[in-house]
Amino acid sequence: MTTQSTDSAPAKGRLAKAGYRGTKVRRQRVRAAWLFLAPMLVALALVAGWPLLRTFYFSFTDASLSDTAGAAFIGIENYLVYDDGAWYGLLTDPVWWNSVWNTLYFSVVSVSLEVVFGVIVALLLNAEFKGRMLVRAAVLIPWAIPTIVSAKMWAWMLNDQFGIINHMLMGLGLIDAPLAWTADASLSMWAVIMVDVWKTIPFVALLVLAALQMLPKDCYEAAEVDGIHPVRVFFRVTLPLITPALMVAVIFRLLDALRVFDVIYVLTSNSTSTMTMSIYARQQLVEFQDVGYGSAASTMLFLIIALAVVIYLYLGRRQLGVDQ
Amino acid sequence: MNQYQLTKLAKRVGFYALIAVVMIYAIFPFYYAVITSLKPSSELFTVSYWLDSLDFTNYITIFSQGSFVRAIFNSILVSVSLVTIALLLGITASYALGRVRFRGRATVMLTILGVSMFPQVAVLSGLFEVIRGLGLYNNPAGLILSYTIFTLPFTVWVLTTFMKQLPMELEEAAIMDGATPWVTITKVFLPLMWPAMATTGLLAFIAAWNEFLFALTFTLTDDQRTVPVAIALISGGSQHELPWGPIMAASVTVTVPLVILVMIFQKRIVSGLTAGAVKG
Repeated sequence: MTTQSTDSAPAKGRLAKAGYRGTKVRRQRVRAAWLFLAPMLVALALVAGWPLLRTFYFSFTDASLSDTAGAAFIGIENYLVYDDGAWYGLLTDPVWWNSVWNTLYFSVVSVSLEVVFGVIVALLLNAEFKGRMLVRAAVLIPWAIPTIVSAKMWAWMLNDQFGIINHMLMGLGLIDAPLAWTADASLSMWAVIMVDVWKTIPFVALLVLAALQMLPKDCYEAAEVDGIHPVRVFFRVTLPLITPALMVAVIFRLLDALRVFDVIYVLTSNSTSTMTMSIYARQQLVEFQDVGYGSAASTMLFLIIALAVVIYLYLGRRQLGVDQ
Repeated sequence: MNQYQLTKLAKRVGFYALIAVVMIYAIFPFYYAVITSLKPSSELFTVSYWLDSLDFTNYITIFSQGSFVRAIFNSILVSVSLVTIALLLGITASYALGRVRFRGRATVMLTILGVSMFPQVAVLSGLFEVIRGLGLYNNPAGLILSYTIFTLPFTVWVLTTFMKQLPMELEEAAIMDGATPWVTITKVFLPLMWPAMATTGLLAFIAAWNEFLFALTFTLTDDQRTVPVAIALISGGSQHELPWGPIMAASVTVTVPLVILVMIFQKRIVSGLTAGAVKG
């Protein structure tokens, strides 16, 4: 690689061409690149890589929050242990599996709703009309509001006695008595989904809008000339063309939804009807101070999310492959 | 008016009705929070859609509590420091990733993408140990450190996509003149990257301002908390007697700056979000 003379003037002159590998300038640039990356890589190793490894390790120990250093290795007992004729551990805990189910249910329902409404809002914003910029800015508001604040705002609106939602629904005659949105086990998951959908429609809508604005105009002109119904045009032309952008939006949203924590913590706190994997793991770790068991839950959460991503990418690739 | 004009009119009315529904849906919860925050506590429990008079008692209540003012200060401190650090590390890293071809670049990019998708709970116990080990527990510096896990990958990713779009000729001229990579970044790229840095900085600021899980877990006392935690932990006499007036006043206080920022920088935010997702 370094057979080329490195210090001669002509070598410097040719660097504009692709073949400047091995020159002094190139080696200097690669060295600089690693130097520039080093602080970032160190920071990520410190806050992501190392803590992740420690979490894996803790999940095989009996560590407690007050004493993580004195943790003893106990094998897979946090996950599964046979003791006196019965199985114990995370994998046998019905509360854990309930929170896994809640997480998956929440993620699938809220992401589906967000995609449907996000596409509708994006189609509206893609049309030319007066005041479009104003509407776009207004639509962004829920996205900018901190999750905690939106959860509190909705908690107040959904308040069982004084909430405006019950007031509206009773005024419309849809319900006879006020509903306890956040306390009633059969309603609280829907309350949480409602708040999450409200907050994240803008994100999906903006990604889809960006994709819509890059679509070629001639397809639509051709469809209009042929007199094809707009709904048919949407499903036959628009939807396939924005599928890649939708896939990206869905994976971002799915990853967010699978680790959902704050909206549920504020709206329904530790109620089992809405408890998700993150809530469960943090409760074990911080409130019960059981770092070993909590880390086992964190590790399982990590594996479940990784599995979900792999499945999604696999299905997504096949889906995209069919479209091409 | 003939049949054609009638359907056209109906379509227009339907379209604007739909726009109005979307607008109301997006704005109403915030509007209702503002209204609630400006009501005296005696009127709090009668539902109304507008205000008859203004009452600032709730705002006086929260601002006379030292802990809320302190929480605002902590949030500003954490968010601004984090944005500064993320941009500083991000701009150099994005130069390396966006402008230099070297072995291992794809691996680094994949690592960054992987970290940005991390569930925060998965590192909670390990990070708790790191933060306590460094003596940063219950300290805003611990939050700044832990927040890099989500801001840094995002900042680097978006800045790299912007960096890649700049023309090659600029850099060639700098190399010809014998400029070192550091000089190239500060003198050639930095002036061109300001818009991109403003966008990513703004998004990182919002993310840090809104973060909850780490802030809740890594702080202990009232005077070290950030605003989301402070608001979440405002409590009354019992679970059923939450002081909704002050909660809404605090919520509006911390949200108004964000809403104004979003209104002003709407275009930038959209371009930053889509650069992070669509082009990535």
